[in-house]
Amino acid sequence: MNKNEIVSTVSNAPLQLAIYTATGRLINKRKTATDSSVLPQYQDLRTAANALKRHTMDHLDHYLEQFEAQVAAHGGKVIYCQTGEAVADFVLKLAKERGAGLLVKSKSMTTEEVDLNERLEHHHLEAVETDLGEYILQLAHQRPYHIVAPALHMTRYDVADVFSKSLAVERETEPEKQTKIARSVLRQKFLDAGIGITGANFLVADSGAVVVVENEGNARLSSSAPRIHIAIAGIEKIIPRAADLAVFLKLLGRSATGQPLTVYTSFLSGPRREGEVDGPDEFFVVLLDNGRTKLLADAEKRESLYCIRCGACLNHCPVYRKIGGHNYPWVYSGPIGAIITPQFHGVQNDPALPFASSLCGACAEVCPVKIDIPKILLALRSEVIQTSGSKTRVERLAFRGFAWVMVHPKIFAWLGALGARFSPRPAGGAWIRKLPRLLAAPPLAKWLSQRDLPPPAEKSFRQLWKERKKS
Amino acid sequence: MAGTRVSIFVTCIVDQVFPQVGMAMTEVLERLGYTVDFPEGQTCCGQPAFNSGYREEARTVARHFLRVFADSEYIIVPAGSCCAMVSHHFADLFEEASPERRQLEALDGRVFEFSRFLAEVAHAQDVGAQFEGVVTYHDSCHALRELHIHSAPRMLLSHVRGLTLREMGAAQECCGFGGTFSIKFPEVSGGMARTKIDSIVETGAKTVVSIDSSCLMQLQGAISRAGLPIRTMHLAEVLASR
Repeated sequence: MNKNEIVSTVSNAPLQLAIYTATGRLINKRKTATDSSVLPQYQDLRTAANALKRHTMDHLDHYLEQFEAQVAAHGGKVIYCQTGEAVADFVLKLAKERGAGLLVKSKSMTTEEVDLNERLEHHHLEAVETDLGEYILQLAHQRPYHIVAPALHMTRYDVADVFSKSLAVERETEPEKQTKIARSVLRQKFLDAGIGITGANFLVADSGAVVVVENEGNARLSSSAPRIHIAIAGIEKIIPRAADLAVFLKLLGRSATGQPLTVYTSFLSGPRREGEVDGPDEFFVVLLDNGRTKLLADAEKRESLYCIRCGACLNHCPVYRKIGGHNYPWVYSGPIGAIITPQFHGVQNDPALPFASSLCGACAEVCPVKIDIPKILLALRSEVIQTSGSKTRVERLAFRGFAWVMVHPKIFAWLGALGARFSPRPAGGAWIRKLPRLLAAPPLAKWLSQRDLPPPAEKSFRQLWKERKKS
Repeated sequence: MAGTRVSIFVTCIVDQVFPQVGMAMTEVLERLGYTVDFPEGQTCCGQPAFNSGYREEARTVARHFLRVFADSEYIIVPAGSCCAMVSHHFADLFEEASPERRQLEALDGRVFEFSRFLAEVAHAQDVGAQFEGVVTYHDSCHALRELHIHSAPRMLLSHVRGLTLREMGAAQECCGFGGTFSIKFPEVSGGMARTKIDSIVETGAKTVVSIDSSCLMQLQGAISRAGLPIRTMHLAEVLASR
């Protein structure tokens, strides 16, 4: 995490307003949609979703095999990929074999995770994002700011700038007209594309269906207009039965945007069959590992894989709302990003990340699958410290000292008295605004950079207690 | 219940920085007829080390706590966060079959955050307090989300004569303290405090009440820096007022 970038985001008032407004709206919508008056079974659904995910992770191999068999039975094909490179290779090879020069894509964090667009572009294969937010970001050369609302940080004026610059159109600030501009470009792309790529919200093992939820219809078009449909998903997207969707679909839309259901929920299972009007000629499901099996092996933190990418934890996170999405080191931002990024990339890759949280627990409170994010953050912090070597030498010494003092009450009391005696004491009981250089150790200086500091009490509680006992 | 002996764990921050909170808590408990005991070997719960990733150091401090409070019938803590450290996170520090786990099990149901103790054990509502003015209540995160304390402090405040409780919009939003987070990410932490304070200011309340002194240190520090005419008070201080 780049401290300067963080400070610049926190002090950017228009950006702060954009983030607060957008996340605030999502918070309110979720609150209304999950209120016990409209969804009395909400907490039971969360419990059920958690149990289903746990069960699935415990038997993932079984359900993956079942899913693969079902997809094959419907005339589709499952491809396993270890890495992002393997995904790109598969797509490139297929595009070459089938003579496809243009791809349309609907919103997919998994493809963001493996930088699919960049990899394809590198080989001169054009992939066009068709989700409005993603399309804006593709034109602006930015990565998603938010799992669900990728262009959450942009105002319509920002979008007007992006469109007029990239598409050589009149500057248009009305969202409806902006949408029309995007639509007019994208419609043709859908018709010209040889391959459509979607993500997947759920992969249903017992039916072989790829379930995609969306609001714009672009995922449905991406999966049906081009001759070939490729769905790309992480292996953790498996759920055992179609019946389980009765749990997950109720939670996903409500947690993400406050919608009981998204505008479109597509169940895609296999290529077009005889007699059917719509659908692709070929249907592929790419199942991506990219480090997921490593997480699966970790019993303590495995629940990180339960995530259904609703984004509620981002909206409710006071840290995300301050630092925004681009200050996180990977495409997954917010609390879920803070727990999965270190597990995918190693804790020492960005050791500050698990510490960028006040551990307030708002994320866990709204997580539809009940991932105990604070607990995982704490475990990751411990791993960071254990593997940090000499980088944390001073801090380690400080905490050793802390622990030693705390098991020696007399020394604790004596040190406290010493601090109380030599601390500056502003007049009238005021708090300390500034410390002399000599006293301003880094932690104190950092505290004082934002707020005043209380001087230690002239008499500690234990002193007052002793005096009270005497009298 | 009169005469029941209760031990108080005042926490390191109350001991050293806000002793008046400990005194106020003692006064309220004595007013309700309890005999208050302050085990003098007490220091800290170890949370600063635990939250910073130093589990071995946290274990050392936790063992000390378990020794000091081994014989206490009730342990009352004027802080949701430190209370949750003991009742929720100590278990994460020790193996299932360890002697510390047995000690911890013996503490089960005996460690109480102050307002919860008053509401659920003392069954107190009106503790004879009088406090003139409008106050707003800050839900500290660990009290709210780990201990599920929401109504007890509000109920107690509602029985204080002269006091008007006015809820703020962001009552349940974090103040930004977060222990070492406040100095590891000072600008983010400070920004969170200022957002919270905006919500406090909107209520028109001149007093912010909470059950965690660490949140109040963060909020008062930022309020003082902004030069606002608002003061923070621990619930115990309000309940001790007459």
